Amino acid sequence: MWTKIFSAGLLAAGMTASSAAMAEAPAPYQITPELEAAAKAEGKVVFYTATDVTVAEKLAELFKTKYPEIAVQVERAGSERVFQRIGQEYSTGIYSVDVIETSDAVHFQYFKREGWLEPMVPQEVADKWPADERDPDGNFAAYRAHLSVMAYRTDLINEAEAPKTWKDLLDPRFKDKMVKAHPGYSGTVMTATFVLSELLGWDYFEKLGAQNVMQVQSSTEPPKKLAQGERALEVDGNEYNIFRLLDEGVPVKIVYPAEGTPLAVGNAAVLKQAPNPNAAKLFYAFLFSLEAQQLNSDFGGLRSFHPDVKEKAGRTPLSQIKLLHSDPAKLEPVIQTIKSNYEQYFGT
Amino acid sequence: MTSYAWAQGRLRGIDLSWPTFALLTLVLSVLVLLPLFWLVYYSFRNDAGGGATLDNFIALVADPTLLRAYGLAIGMALGVGALACVIATPMAWLVSRTDLPGRRIIRVLVTASFVTPPFLGAIAYEIIAAPNSGIVNILYRKLFGLDSSQYLVNIYTFTGLIFAIACFTFPYVFTLVANALDKVPSDLEDASAILGGKSMTTLRKVTIPLVLPAMLAGTLIAILQALTMFGSPAILALPAGFHVITTKIWSLFQFPPRLGLAAAAALPLLVITVILLRAQKSILGRKGYTVLGGKSGTPRVTQLGPWKWLAVAFVVTVLCLTVFFPYAAILKTAFTGTVGDAISFDTLTLRHWKFVLFEFSATQLALRNTFLLGFMTATVVTAIALVVSYLVIRRSVSGSGFLGVLATAPVAIPGIVLGVGLFLSYANPTFQLYGTIWILLIAFMTIELPAGYQQMSSAFSGVHPELEEAGRIMGASRLRTLWDITAPLLRTSVVAAWCFVFVGTIRELSATILLTTANTKLVSVIIYDLNESGDLGAICVLGIILLAASFAVVFIANRVPVLGGSQMNARG
Repeated sequence: MWTKIFSAGLLAAGMTASSAAMAEAPAPYQITPELEAAAKAEGKVVFYTATDVTVAEKLAELFKTKYPEIAVQVERAGSERVFQRIGQEYSTGIYSVDVIETSDAVHFQYFKREGWLEPMVPQEVADKWPADERDPDGNFAAYRAHLSVMAYRTDLINEAEAPKTWKDLLDPRFKDKMVKAHPGYSGTVMTATFVLSELLGWDYFEKLGAQNVMQVQSSTEPPKKLAQGERALEVDGNEYNIFRLLDEGVPVKIVYPAEGTPLAVGNAAVLKQAPNPNAAKLFYAFLFSLEAQQLNSDFGGLRSFHPDVKEKAGRTPLSQIKLLHSDPAKLEPVIQTIKSNYEQYFGT
Repeated sequence: MTSYAWAQGRLRGIDLSWPTFALLTLVLSVLVLLPLFWLVYYSFRNDAGGGATLDNFIALVADPTLLRAYGLAIGMALGVGALACVIATPMAWLVSRTDLPGRRIIRVLVTASFVTPPFLGAIAYEIIAAPNSGIVNILYRKLFGLDSSQYLVNIYTFTGLIFAIACFTFPYVFTLVANALDKVPSDLEDASAILGGKSMTTLRKVTIPLVLPAMLAGTLIAILQALTMFGSPAILALPAGFHVITTKIWSLFQFPPRLGLAAAAALPLLVITVILLRAQKSILGRKGYTVLGGKSGTPRVTQLGPWKWLAVAFVVTVLCLTVFFPYAAILKTAFTGTVGDAISFDTLTLRHWKFVLFEFSATQLALRNTFLLGFMTATVVTAIALVVSYLVIRRSVSGSGFLGVLATAPVAIPGIVLGVGLFLSYANPTFQLYGTIWILLIAFMTIELPAGYQQMSSAFSGVHPELEEAGRIMGASRLRTLWDITAPLLRTSVVAAWCFVFVGTIRELSATILLTTANTKLVSVIIYDLNESGDLGAICVLGIILLAASFAVVFIANRVPVLGGSQMNARG
């Protein structure tokens, strides 16, 4: 059963992914009329995603304006929930998903090792994407990136009192004021917790846990709690949700601490067992198109690896932010430790 | 007698009692016993490499987080039981035995709180009583000119959780106690009065002891509901930073899943449930004396006199907390931008409606699945319950009592435990039911069967067998008399049971949450998913649609003439 698969997977992770077949990436493909016709005949594509639901639905809408004959079924949940779901489905022989996307890079190492992914490289990815933002074997590529950021309500905390560093959050003046997402649910927060525990040590989280932090699940949720005014300060949460709040005129401000801000890369891939292989291939190419990536940036506030995407004015460019990168190969073996430490310090 | 009946059945050859009995026994055994078997099997199995082990139970006892989750869950459940009892008992007495104005409408409104899914109630209370953005706290700060760190109530606490659950479980106590009070004979109270007892003495020494069993039984049900509830704790306890046992079991399914530990952690919940139900049974078993004199007179009505307005204030407060405020909060959030917005023409928006109805692709599928499953479950369960209670009450087949036990047994299986058991039973390459709506149908049938069976069997005991005997004498088979004679006589009960099961199915979340996939989304699950990403506006829209549709279905089912609707009015 699937427990066996996972434990085997964990062992294999320790021994690096050497045993997986190291085929060359397939030749890049373009959207041809034949592909479009075949995709239209299938009429449907199922997209499991961890992107905020309104952003994902907007993207689906854009796809549908281009291909009205193809319905997009968006299934949005937290990264870890998406992963859990596909694990349960594949272990029982259910193949309902065509294209998958989560913000936890560990998942794609795992999918690749299990041989669940169909290698394919859209022309756009081959031409424009940086080499370290796509799988050398063509199994997946970085569809989006975003930061897990600290942010606060400017009407509830004035700028002078606002935190400047991660350690500032331990100050008693922020007790009862903070909200934070959960690493067991959110891939973004799992990544962020990992890099920050490496950087600051677990005793940082132990002290943070004593600050009576409101615990929510998804990394899309802390920004929404800020918008509601339920809490004044978020410890982590998606940068893109804050961008969207800024666009709506909510008085919030992002803090990029000098120690660095965790970066979460959201990969996307097509499944080998995709029920709608042609629609999947078409949709996958669409995901990396300038049009879709620009929409993600404009409407969704996501960061893109497409060099031609123009970011909205007022957003701090990635080049000016110190980024904390996570190594999925190092993260995977310590997931259980992170979860149990987290539960010890934060209660859930 | 039994061998005679058996021989008769054989002689006639066309009586389907035996095959029906055998088939039902098989179906119910599979429904109930198979998940339990796998649950026990997995709890003794090593997750990593297979093979028998006690590690899971050792981990269960040694893991402080699990023990803490159990402790908190039990504490929460007891708190809910006590609070529900304290709210519901005086209210039941006021409604049943006093001249309080508007008694009928109060009963109807309590039913409305019963129909509200507890997870929706919990979300409503997030909107009302979150420490900073909660409407109550905003008003409190505005009224007294306090700064932003002050708050009046905080729902994200242990006590807040108890309150939010009690608001939607107190109807269990209310209904049982009100029914018992309706039946308490007035002559015992009159006797007390004649002997010089003041009305308070009579209440204390006669009336309360007589309804005590009903109070305790109702409280036990409330405790059981709270103990096995998933939605409300997931919504309110996790932000507060603690797990109860159901959310803890759910978290064991996260990557990497620990199925063995999840199974082992579920078993004590099953044991506690069985113990509580046995306690309830032994208490209810002694209730006999209250009903004994049930026909000896109309219940005494106490004149409230000057206390009337205090009583009205109490009832109105309870109804505000359990019905009016939550519903108002849901309505407000569905039509305004964010929760914190004040209501004015500027903030009114249909944005959430537009999103749910036209942009969110899961809505239609979830609505269709939910109502399809509601109809199927209600129909199948009512049919099975009808036949089973017929076989059991009329004792037409020897050993039919066992069937009754099987039909009641799922009561002892908490939803989340059943979810784990069903996942282990049917989510494997042999069955491949996971990912289809059939696994959900099986889950809902199992969960709702006891309720349906209880309703049908009590209805059956009220129908004298002589009409059926007439049919049998005329040469009809047992099943034919059942369908042609008994079922029409029972149609109001059948409709009531059907509605009960339907509403129960629609509000189910704890088993569902483990068993749904992309294609088998239900409204309850997308509400839960949306809550995890903080989209309260969309949740409220879905909640309103769900509630409106449930009320509509119940209303229509009760009004369709073919189904004997007109007599249903009394049920509200």
